[in-house]
Amino acid sequence: MRYDMQLPWWAWLLMGTALVLFILMVVISVRRNHGVKRSLFASPYTLWMLLFTIVPVILIGYYAFTGTDGTFTLDNFRNFWDSNFDMKKLVGEEYASTIPRGTVNVDTLTYSLWMAFLCTALSLLLGYPAALFMADRNMKLGSSLVVLFIIPMWMNFLLRTIAWMSLLEDNGLINSLLRSIGLEGVQLMYNSGAVLLGMVYNFLPFMVFPIYTSLSKQDINLSEAAADLGCSPMQALMKVTIPLSLPGVISGITMVFMPSVTTFFIPRVLGGGNTMMFGDLIESKFLTEGNWNVGSALSLIMMVLILISLSILRKADPNGEGGGIV
Amino acid sequence: MKRFAALLLVVLLFPVIALADGVVNVFNWEDYIDESVLKMFEEETGIHVNYMCFTTNEDMMVQVEANPGAFDVVFPSDYMVERMLNKGLLEEINYDHIPNAQYIMENLRNPDYDPNGVHSIPYMWGTVGILYNTTMVDDPVDSWEILWNTKYANNVFMLDSIRDSMGITLCSLGYSMNERDYPALRAATDKLVLQKTSGMVKAYQVDETKDKMVAGEAALALMWSGDAQYAIDLNSDLAFAVPKEGSNVWIDPMVIIKGCRNLENAEKFVDFLCRPDIAVLNCEEIRYSSPNSAAIELMGEEYTENPVLSPSEETITRCEFFHDIDETIMPIYTTLWNEVKNAK
Repeated sequence: MRYDMQLPWWAWLLMGTALVLFILMVVISVRRNHGVKRSLFASPYTLWMLLFTIVPVILIGYYAFTGTDGTFTLDNFRNFWDSNFDMKKLVGEEYASTIPRGTVNVDTLTYSLWMAFLCTALSLLLGYPAALFMADRNMKLGSSLVVLFIIPMWMNFLLRTIAWMSLLEDNGLINSLLRSIGLEGVQLMYNSGAVLLGMVYNFLPFMVFPIYTSLSKQDINLSEAAADLGCSPMQALMKVTIPLSLPGVISGITMVFMPSVTTFFIPRVLGGGNTMMFGDLIESKFLTEGNWNVGSALSLIMMVLILISLSILRKADPNGEGGGIV
Repeated sequence: MKRFAALLLVVLLFPVIALADGVVNVFNWEDYIDESVLKMFEEETGIHVNYMCFTTNEDMMVQVEANPGAFDVVFPSDYMVERMLNKGLLEEINYDHIPNAQYIMENLRNPDYDPNGVHSIPYMWGTVGILYNTTMVDDPVDSWEILWNTKYANNVFMLDSIRDSMGITLCSLGYSMNERDYPALRAATDKLVLQKTSGMVKAYQVDETKDKMVAGEAALALMWSGDAQYAIDLNSDLAFAVPKEGSNVWIDPMVIIKGCRNLENAEKFVDFLCRPDIAVLNCEEIRYSSPNSAAIELMGEEYTENPVLSPSEETITRCEFFHDIDETIMPIYTTLWNEVKNAK
């Protein structure tokens, strides 16, 4: 494959501006007496957010509430509830009455929420002990574990997911190993289990690191004091360490749950496209069907759901101690 | 503040890439050319090829409609040519400037999607059929029904491509592959849902299938002829068949976008790809069928004796071209396809 390194003029402009602003900021923060309002230099970021976060959200809102002709309509949301809604309008009177409500969109959403829940729960179960080991000062292996968790993240997540394929395939590494020791091969791929595995594998670090951070910030004297006051190690863990690490847990849950609900690609690669997740559905609305209106409505529903779950989680960590992600 | 302004000025004067005068902007499918051909073209003509890729027709269409000036030569599929023609996106081909077009096979010069080839020149063509592993399949593969034979449960790869998967199912039910009526589409959907719920399908995928078939991951796969030939080259246990009920035959032509900036270069590029020796390079690289009679002559028996690359006249006559299914019918297809994908 050939790639052209010629960038359009505006890309150079953007990079140039970013570079100059960076230098200016460094200069200004070193030399205190400058007479320029410091907040002025935050304006590029404000502009950036405006352009690439606020404007797209407004656009999604616009598309979600308009039809293909640009007039206001709620049909896109009816389409979410009844996936056959658009089709009924096109097949003609005589057939329309024979078509029942289509549950594809709603089913896909509930399936995605369920998978995201499972993924988050599994990540927490696996991730918390890992974070405990990593943060334990008496464990020599702790810091190397941190490195081991980080190294795979140097590689793109698409590649890591594809790499799982060669492990799980019917003639893949695991099955070849099983057969070479005289066991039956098992079908590991093309099902929800493989999708869940891929999700947990990809999102686990997002659970481990927030917990690790909040655990390693904890004063070691606290659990020592608990022991001095008669707590068994188990009691110290349950009554001191875990409660104090909750902000980290909350931000871990958020960082795993959000990408899991919106997962796409993993179901296609490891699940063989046998089950669609909501992310796949939205992707196909935009790319395959070219139906931006329904695609936007689905995205909007997704965003509202995420906002609701965030506000619930926020109640558990009101001071934003887990990094204020929620 | 003065310094700030001065710096900003420097930024604004950042080297703007000069537009080279000899450029052609080409928009082609992924993995759909012998890369060395591009270099040869640049060396021979001094025209820089700005080569860009897309993965689906729909993708391509969105890009071209959004920014028609950015592309000179595009490689859509047959039914997409029809849609692009209807939208007035295509330039008429000036055959005087493309002398090598004379090598295009006679029977491909008047395709349904573009009568008399006024706006397009065939680049590659092929069929849709079943790629199967002869060590895993002991029934004769001559009918689409084998994809519903429970003996091969959990051993079939289907194409995650609406037109192809729906098309062959319609065909197996005796309908046209370009069906627009709901009852026929309903019947095909029910048949595909049955295929899925009875556990026939191992996976719905597109690009991964050829490599997985080489690795022996499944017995049967719905596949395009070129990808099938690619797989057969790598694993001699594999074979390809176009079922007796009929199938889809398709052409991927080259078109020139109306009002493009580099018309002359675009014509040179298209002409270059029609040159027999270049057509041979491309054909041998991507393994689809060549529409270029002189190129076929150069490739000799190795090509003409290969039924995948060079299907018989009888095979072609039972195949059907895709026609464009427009916006008023396509949502029916996509809704039904989502139903298939979501069936449990």
